[in-house]
Amino acid sequence: MIKFNKYYRLFNTISLCLIIISILLLFFKGLNFGVDFKGGTLIELRSNDKKINVTSLRNSFNGMNLGNINIKKFGNENDFLIKIEKKDRSSNSIEIIKKKLSDNVGSSFNFRRVENVGPKVSSELLKSGVIAIILSLAAMLFYIWIRFEWQFSLGAILALFHDVIITLGFFSLFNLEINLSIVAAILTIVGYSMNDTVVIYDRVRENLRKFSDIKIFDLTNISINETLSRTIITSVTTLLALVSIYFFGGEILKGFSLAMIMGVIFGTYSSIYIANPVLVKLRVSQKTILKEDIE
Amino acid sequence: MLYFSKLRIILVSLITFFFIFIASLNFQDYEKSLLSKRINLGLDLQGGSYLLLEIDNGPIEIQKLQNKTTFIRNYLDNKKIIFSDLRIKDKAIFFSTSKKDKETVESFFSNKESEINPYYNQYKSHEFDLIVNENEFKLTLSKYGLIEIKISSQDQAIEIVRRRVDEVGTNEPNILKRGNNRILVELPGLDDPMRIKSLLGKTANLTFRFVTQKDNDTFGVETLQFEDDSSEALVSKRIILNGENLLDAQPQINNQTNETVVSFTLDRVGAKRFGKATRTGVGKQLAIVLDGKIVSAPIIRDAIITGSGQISGNFTFQSATDLALLLRSGALPAPLNIIEERTVGPDLGQDSINAGVFALLIGFLLVIIFMFLKYKVFGLIANVTLLINLFLLIGILTIFEATLTLPGIAGIILTVGMAVDANVLIFERIKEESKNEKNNIIAFDSGYVKSKTAILDANITTLISAIILFFMGSGPVKGFSVTLAIGILTTLFSVYFLARMLTSFYVVKNKEKKNLI
Repeated sequence: MIKFNKYYRLFNTISLCLIIISILLLFFKGLNFGVDFKGGTLIELRSNDKKINVTSLRNSFNGMNLGNINIKKFGNENDFLIKIEKKDRSSNSIEIIKKKLSDNVGSSFNFRRVENVGPKVSSELLKSGVIAIILSLAAMLFYIWIRFEWQFSLGAILALFHDVIITLGFFSLFNLEINLSIVAAILTIVGYSMNDTVVIYDRVRENLRKFSDIKIFDLTNISINETLSRTIITSVTTLLALVSIYFFGGEILKGFSLAMIMGVIFGTYSSIYIANPVLVKLRVSQKTILKEDIE
Repeated sequence: MLYFSKLRIILVSLITFFFIFIASLNFQDYEKSLLSKRINLGLDLQGGSYLLLEIDNGPIEIQKLQNKTTFIRNYLDNKKIIFSDLRIKDKAIFFSTSKKDKETVESFFSNKESEINPYYNQYKSHEFDLIVNENEFKLTLSKYGLIEIKISSQDQAIEIVRRRVDEVGTNEPNILKRGNNRILVELPGLDDPMRIKSLLGKTANLTFRFVTQKDNDTFGVETLQFEDDSSEALVSKRIILNGENLLDAQPQINNQTNETVVSFTLDRVGAKRFGKATRTGVGKQLAIVLDGKIVSAPIIRDAIITGSGQISGNFTFQSATDLALLLRSGALPAPLNIIEERTVGPDLGQDSINAGVFALLIGFLLVIIFMFLKYKVFGLIANVTLLINLFLLIGILTIFEATLTLPGIAGIILTVGMAVDANVLIFERIKEESKNEKNNIIAFDSGYVKSKTAILDANITTLISAIILFFMGSGPVKGFSVTLAIGILTTLFSVYFLARMLTSFYVVKNKEKKNLI
């Protein structure tokens, strides 16, 4: 049996530090919002000329007076992703950009993807994304509160916060783009992390009924160990699926799968090292459970 | 008990084969298929354009206030009520009356049978809100008055949008209302929405008016630019004809000048009016005004009584075709702005499908190899279940003709990773039970029973996330939530019916064997 409970304090301290760092990052560095949430134009283009590179594209775009422009390679050698922040634009400006680009660089381009999001829509999308995340956290809180005692609900929700905030902190630190699919990833992380926590909690509750003489500190450890192989196997299979999306699923799904991979790792960790110590701190005992049974 | 009745075995098998059949519909030749059901590909996978248009209702509100002002003037005159200072200011109508008429006028506006301020029964509100300050009345559009305007302009606009898109002839466009002032246009297979965008961006408000030199025209005058911004002209505000009187419009090459023109045919009322105006106006310049700009302003040589004519104005054949299309489909009630546009080219869509399917295969292979190495025979059972689970998932998506998006494919792959969880929970529990219970059948049975709550709780939490995502998410992300949610349901079915059945066959056969799992 692995003594997970020996490291509760150590890992709680580390988690706390990570959360503080993440919050500081979110506060001071902020998130790199994509066009979905910030508005603007995104163009994915493929050039037919191998000589085209980021610099030549940048030179060409700078001449068009479009404001702040971000150009980077996107997967393939000839694929580029261009983000234009300027928001006031007429609807046919894409056509103008296309023409100017061919004139300037002297080669033809294939505009594989164009996304143009107005400021009103982007702020609505951001709002509904935030509401969705808050709503899902609230729904989880409520569900666990119904199925378990409030102590469990609190522990599970703290674990969720931990996962969401650290994942966002990671995205902030590495300046990774936040778009609609990242919100989907975060919601899935919420579901997955909850899933993991619930399995361990279910065992804790079962063991609480079974043993009246074991302190919660050791009882959580027993429960973690009993469910450990399941925790690991499920994490591994989920990660296998996610890693294959990351490497083979195409450039568009990279951010999504990366967020999910982070979320699965932190979710697995937090259901052991956040969810359980909370039960210990709240002095959960057989009485907590028995009260529920009598009711 | 690990016992399955014959009926249940047959039922489970039938359901399984049914879904495998349905899922296979997607892979057959569409033309020859017996059942024309298949999964729809989202715009991000088949390529296409997604446009979100917002109706700018500002001009309509102003129009409404102007009409209402005229109406109030006539109404009060009819009722012989003396009023003064009737005007529009800051989106409100103001006027004043004498003290003795105040109550009468107030009742005109606030009784439920009011002709001048209609009462909407369903909203329990008048069209206008009335504020009386001493002798001054202030009328503003009520919340529901505004909604009425929005709904009716949306109804008109969506009709015109539909006509214009249909005229261009893209395949299976999807045109839907969003909220009460937006219209969503989905154009599958269209990789260059330029033409449609420019067609939808035009109000196409056509009027025929006289060019005047004097600015004392009784209807008022305004200075309008020519389309090519080359010059401007003073144009009377009196409208001789507008686009509503048009029956048909077609691009044409004028035989004499070899110029591309748009020829039009007027309805009877229009022809009559046009004939009268051109008869009295021989020698005058007739401005053809489209969306506030003069397309051309020919001099009238003869009265035009045939009810047909031509518009010239430096058209290319394409621009003449587009103008004719716009005139045929009618004017939008208000300008439309494109507030969101997402276009994916067909080659990127195909790349995404290839990558998604490849990732699915790799993910699936990795998971089944892992499960086999870990659980051997039971790993095989889990893997067979997983494969059938995939068929169930695809089958259900097919039955509902759901839309599969790239994130939707990610949802399927994720389901592959997470679906084994339920089986793992059960297997691990059985392992534990076997330590104390020597009877394999009892150990397996209690393994299933005792892991039930954990499995349900775990899946319900993921389902909650998926449901919230479905309602809050948009477009492709919605596709993710659909596959994730259906994936959870099929997982529960395949684990509790299929895997359990297969497991029971094996366990019953090997009930004496030690360390079965």
